[in-house]
Amino acid sequence: MDSISLIGIASIVTAGLTIAIGSIAPALGEGRALAQALTSIAQQPDEANTIMRTLFVGLAMVESTAIYCFVVAMILIFANPFWNQVLAQGGG
Amino acid sequence: MALSPDAIIFWQRGPITINATIVYTWIVMLLLVGSSWLATRRLSHESHGSLWQTGLESVVTLIGDQIREITRQPADHILPFVGTLFLFIATANVLGVVPGLRSPTGSLSTTAALAVCVFVAVPVYGFMKRGVRGYFGQYVQPSVFMLPFNILGELSRTLALAVRLFGNVMSSEMIVAILLAIVPLFFPVVMQMMGLLIGLIQAYIFAVLATVYIASATSDI
Repeated sequence: MDSISLIGIASIVTAGLTIAIGSIAPALGEGRALAQALTSIAQQPDEANTIMRTLFVGLAMVESTAIYCFVVAMILIFANPFWNQVLAQGGG
Repeated sequence: MALSPDAIIFWQRGPITINATIVYTWIVMLLLVGSSWLATRRLSHESHGSLWQTGLESVVTLIGDQIREITRQPADHILPFVGTLFLFIATANVLGVVPGLRSPTGSLSTTAALAVCVFVAVPVYGFMKRGVRGYFGQYVQPSVFMLPFNILGELSRTLALAVRLFGNVMSSEMIVAILLAIVPLFFPVVMQMMGLLIGLIQAYIFAVLATVYIASATSDI
């Protein structure tokens, strides 16, 4: 198998696996955080503003990991340096 | 479609490159400065102010209240910095919906610059409030062995700020572009609405995180 198809296969498979596996844990974590926030709002409706603000900030921080995985997958698909280099070598 | 507006170059000579990110940032700046200048030309007390003045005042009061709730300190010197961050990022993200324009925050350069601004601002506010020794004394709390971890934590949260904003904005645009090729009639509009919502939430989160970092550097604990 020549290097061009090897790099293509590895990039696509890795991109798919990265975003698939990388979004499991943040989604579960966000669900738990949301459930906890809902319980807290039900117990203390006066503090709803503080709880919601903390919830959004916490969700953003947890989402960061999924965003990292997404960025890696996008780079592998659209801005892959190995793919560009092997294309330049093959075309030249 | 280019992955980020950095790749669209309008004019280049020598080391100076005018790419799409810079042009769209200038448009956002023009919008913010222009509308503020127009609204504050004739400020007046009591209720004789124009509608724009009332709008601006309500925005500033809202941001100030949020900062005061988070930091539990008077917010006057943090308000310009955090307010500018929020307004710039919110306008930049909302402007991505306009056809022909793209959000400058969809480029890692812009978000990295904003994150570096926060990274520099935290020690500055720390020096102003607690002095140089008081601020650096925070790094060796609770013991000297925590010094590398504190420094690493500071660097990683700056990186997280940049990548979080870039990832969210870039992914919203990318999803709309991909959906345009697959299901062009209805879904791209729905995804653009979600992109607007995500953009505003991310602007709020960026500003709130900057406030939290500054507050942790200037707290009296």
